[in-house]
Amino acid sequence: MAHTKTFSHGHGVSNVNMDINMDVDSNLMSRIKANKQFSIYSALVVLIILVAIFAPWLAPQDPLVGEMKNALQMPSAEHLLGTDKMGRDTLSRIICGTQTSLFMTICLVVLVAVVGTFVGTMAGYFGGKIEMVLMRFTDMMLSFPGIVLAIAIAGIMGGSVINTILALCVVSWAKYARLVRSLVLKIRNQDFITAAQLCGTSTRMIIWQHILPNTLPMVVITAAMDIGTMMMEIAGLSFLGFGAQPPTPEWGLMLNEGRQYIQTAPWLMVYPGMAIFIVVAIFNLWGDSLRDILDPRQT
Amino acid sequence: MRRILGRLMQMVGTLIGVSFLTFCLTWLAPGDPVSMLLETADTVVSAELVEQTRHDLGLDQPFLVQYVNWAGGVLHGDMGMSYSAKKPVVDKLLEGFAGTLLLAIVTIIFVLIISLPLGIWSAVKRNKLPDYIVRGLSFIGVSMPSFWIGLLLLYFFGLKLRLFPIAQSEVTAAGIVLPALTLAIYMSSKYMRQVRTVILEELNHDYVVGARARGLSETTILWKHVLPNAILPLITLLGMSIGWLLGGVAVIEMVFSWPGIGNMAVRAISMRDYPLIEGFVLWIAIVYMVINLLVDMSYSWLDPRLKKEAR
Repeated sequence: MAHTKTFSHGHGVSNVNMDINMDVDSNLMSRIKANKQFSIYSALVVLIILVAIFAPWLAPQDPLVGEMKNALQMPSAEHLLGTDKMGRDTLSRIICGTQTSLFMTICLVVLVAVVGTFVGTMAGYFGGKIEMVLMRFTDMMLSFPGIVLAIAIAGIMGGSVINTILALCVVSWAKYARLVRSLVLKIRNQDFITAAQLCGTSTRMIIWQHILPNTLPMVVITAAMDIGTMMMEIAGLSFLGFGAQPPTPEWGLMLNEGRQYIQTAPWLMVYPGMAIFIVVAIFNLWGDSLRDILDPRQT
Repeated sequence: MRRILGRLMQMVGTLIGVSFLTFCLTWLAPGDPVSMLLETADTVVSAELVEQTRHDLGLDQPFLVQYVNWAGGVLHGDMGMSYSAKKPVVDKLLEGFAGTLLLAIVTIIFVLIISLPLGIWSAVKRNKLPDYIVRGLSFIGVSMPSFWIGLLLLYFFGLKLRLFPIAQSEVTAAGIVLPALTLAIYMSSKYMRQVRTVILEELNHDYVVGARARGLSETTILWKHVLPNAILPLITLLGMSIGWLLGGVAVIEMVFSWPGIGNMAVRAISMRDYPLIEGFVLWIAIVYMVINLLVDMSYSWLDPRLKKEAR
């Protein structure tokens, strides 16, 4: 497997060198400033976040209420992107969908990073039997197509926002555990940790004060680069009917509902998909440029 | 040999773990398969009948006993009966798998046709217009949800141009084009970029400089020297995506109503057909790991140097 990892572009955690963190901090700010792309993408990301926060005020109409007499209307001046089978305004639903999607994605990414970091730190710092058991478990999760299990979990537990996040978390934390463990192994044997141990610093303090701050940058970068993928997986589960449930405005679910009207109301499947595409593309560009800044050797 | 044995041991461990996890899920899940089963069978549900069915299905036994019984059956090639179809799970799985396998093969052919030439072209013309176009396409493809690509293709080629059927329950030659193309577009966006990286890495080697110094033409260098060396990583990458193809295509199968294993699993989940779900997860795990093992083993066959190192 080690052989294959080097090529998994974009998702390979191993190809970003961690040594870079140590000497990069000083000129990080200057490099961020020099990188115009990153500023532009960051601005776009902030824009998406603002749309998500202020969605209820930005949406021209109520995303949950529609009049049946307006059902399945073509895009018009009144309904810029048309209406769905219940007569609800598609544009308003897409705007409010930003909130649902972004909220779910951020919860998922944070949860995955926390669980992965916890397992990885435990395994890396304590070693021995704990490490063996935890890493066996991690390897098990990695040697299996996660999305299949996620579908089964979300489906069996019943589709809901929380179950979707949990299902995807169960199958996604292992990558982070691997990454964090390898980082911790490198840090653990450095002199400053030994010094702290000799001073009688408690294990808890060592982990909180010395280990975690050193692993955090890499975890954050990896998480940032995963946002787009996670967002698509959430939309995929909702599309299958195992994610957010009606009448929640969620893009994957909207595509699922629109699918039945592909012949009569194609706008119902074009625009929500475009929303996913645009937001995922922006997050991917942002993640890539973030990696370029922190690891310039990679093209 | 020892390495393969070790891998097999690990595989067995993973299979036990994954199947146990799924079993736990079905046990914890809300909703009762027995009442679901009886309701779909249109029988009047009485308490005795529910108890009787529960007993017949072995659902009144302790959890661990149920798991051991099931696992014992699996070792004999018996994964139980599907609640909803009243057929052995094994039969249902094989039925669905045939469709998925066919789809996977056609997809792989499409992927190779699309991404090999484009990836190589982009590597050779690095940082020129073709490279930017290919990288742009690849980026767009990676950021589009696969099911949206599917819906768009369905709309344009199925509904507007009427070139292909829009839904099918039978496996037909015309019907396979759109689902396979959808998957191929999605996979190629990743694979194209990987092909480019692999070829660029090879082009950086000294032997390429040497070949150029000897006055060989760029075409000869590419075809005779670079490509043979690039095959190994390319196969690895493709092998890993085959595993993904066999397992993760439920969404696309649903869009095109393709009679495959993913579509079957989605229906099994909504019917609470637990034996079928358990069988599905286990089956995908087996297929995925066997393919990865075969890919790993193909290294030493394709590159005998690795065999020596392993010894």
